[in-house]
Amino acid sequence: MRFKILSLLAVVALVSACSTKSDEGAATSGSGASASASTSASGSEVMVQMGTQEDLVVNVGDRVFFGFDKYNLEPDARRILERQAVWLKKYPNLSVTVEGHADERGTREYNLALGERRANSAKDYLVALGVPSGQIKTISYGKERPVALGSNEAAWSQNRRAVTTVR
Amino acid sequence: MIAATDRAGKYMFYRVVVIAAVLMAGFALPASAELRIDITRGTVEPLPVAITDFVGQSRGEQEFGRDIAGVIAADLERSGLFQPIDKRSFIQSSQALSTLPRFGDWRVINAQALVQGRTQLVSDGRLRVEFRLWDVFAEQQMVGLAFFTTPDNWRRVAHIVADAIYKRVTGENGYFDTRIVYISESGPLDQRRKRLAIMDQDGKNHRFLTDGGTLVLTPRFSPTLQEITYLSYYGNKPRVYVFNIDSGRQEVLGEFPGMTFAPRFSADGKSVIMSMAKDGNSEIYTMNLGTRVVKRLTNHSGIDTSPSYSPDGKQIVFNSDRGGSQQLYVMGANGGSAKRISHGKGRYATPVWSPRGDLVAFTKFTGGRFYIGVMYPDGSGERLLAEDFLVEAPTWAPNGRVLMFFRQQPSKEDGSGGGSRLFSIDLTGENEREVVTPEDASDPAWSPLIP
Repeated sequence: MRFKILSLLAVVALVSACSTKSDEGAATSGSGASASASTSASGSEVMVQMGTQEDLVVNVGDRVFFGFDKYNLEPDARRILERQAVWLKKYPNLSVTVEGHADERGTREYNLALGERRANSAKDYLVALGVPSGQIKTISYGKERPVALGSNEAAWSQNRRAVTTVR
Repeated sequence: MIAATDRAGKYMFYRVVVIAAVLMAGFALPASAELRIDITRGTVEPLPVAITDFVGQSRGEQEFGRDIAGVIAADLERSGLFQPIDKRSFIQSSQALSTLPRFGDWRVINAQALVQGRTQLVSDGRLRVEFRLWDVFAEQQMVGLAFFTTPDNWRRVAHIVADAIYKRVTGENGYFDTRIVYISESGPLDQRRKRLAIMDQDGKNHRFLTDGGTLVLTPRFSPTLQEITYLSYYGNKPRVYVFNIDSGRQEVLGEFPGMTFAPRFSADGKSVIMSMAKDGNSEIYTMNLGTRVVKRLTNHSGIDTSPSYSPDGKQIVFNSDRGGSQQLYVMGANGGSAKRISHGKGRYATPVWSPRGDLVAFTKFTGGRFYIGVMYPDGSGERLLAEDFLVEAPTWAPNGRVLMFFRQQPSKEDGSGGGSRLFSIDLTGENEREVVTPEDASDPAWSPLIP
């Protein structure tokens, strides 16, 4: 019951945050100001709606990273996935897709296969932790969807990833 | 099962019957030291050739004649084997040529070969094009042909003439009457818009085949030309599709439970070989396009992908990391045991069997650099032809003498750089040329000679 109220509040906060943002462009509406007042009243730690992608990103961690040409899960990755498993079990009605990605230093087709392996590594661990496999789909984008730009190790390490996304 | 994915622009190839007639030489001399280019040698001094504007009676015919000569000259020049001579140095006029070349006039300007021709719009609306190739020193006709076609199709006729000249002088089939299908790229690097595009081998007649709404990758031509197989993310389900160029129809191949990718036609055009990923593991499958029967060819926990049939259909070269890192393997057409053929330092990928059967082209990654190379199918004789930050995806010209690939530049954190372009290079490693495209470009695939 307490949780329900909290997420309702969060909805309000989210909506008003959105309207505030769009009002910045228009800069005419007076209602935007009062909405943002309610945002601050509801507290900064409940800015996102529970059980959403935002919640996953902010409060759980939506992605894990891999070594070059690797698909095994490092301890950091396992910790994130353990949190994801708890979270997914809390929302059994949510369906997620794990997207597997590779950095640019590989051929396109091999990287598609590698992204597939990474997505499945993450999925398999989530399933091993008790998340029903029917809740999780996988897709590989290979090197087609980098998140960090720049041909350097800093960017590459960000791009070798498996990202859990709420469908 | 039909999926009309992107708004597929219907694109008809100009369907033209090319009627070739052999033109008899007006006179014949005994063959002496014949004009010939040996293209197996590394560096060849380009052969000076005089390509005259094809003559015509009407102004329209003269325009066709000039344009055709221009396309022939550009094709031959790009091959790196011919050096077209500046028309301004010609002594004998095109019109005067209609009788017989004054060979002395052509020797003076160092022409070793002379191309002359005639264009004629005949009464049924067709365009008649005839040409003769002369050996200037032997004073002999080397080849003479005549063609009938619709006037719209003049470019194809010019490419066919260039192919005939290339073949007569080198002894190898030409590759000018061909097309390239590739992925046209635009937009920011983290949100690339990728479209299937097709163009003539010289970049002309460029068309987009999809609108960019769906991610598409790795197109490959059917040897029977009317179809392309490629990977599409239509409906967020990455699957191999076949695209019919004439009808614009796109069809998903088979009903696989996982991602299908890395498709390639067999040399007879009757099958598509590809990878299917299930539960994280990629294996190689082949599908008979007639019977739709699917057959699994590999069974290994390693990644098995990028398969390519030998031209006789008896063997398959593919990419696998079953030995710990990406290497090239060869197996029989029915699968089974595979033999590793790549043994050099580094990772090997994207093997493509030459249409002649004698070589396998590949992408190699070692020491932080990428290379395009070739080796014999038994793994011996490795030669690297091109090198850069990223070069990838070799594709063979149908004569097995020229490769095309793409080169991607490194990018910066602000999103600048990272552009990719198509290049062609001779098997000898000489004559690298950019293949100019309207936007960035990747994943080229060369068509066979147009039938």
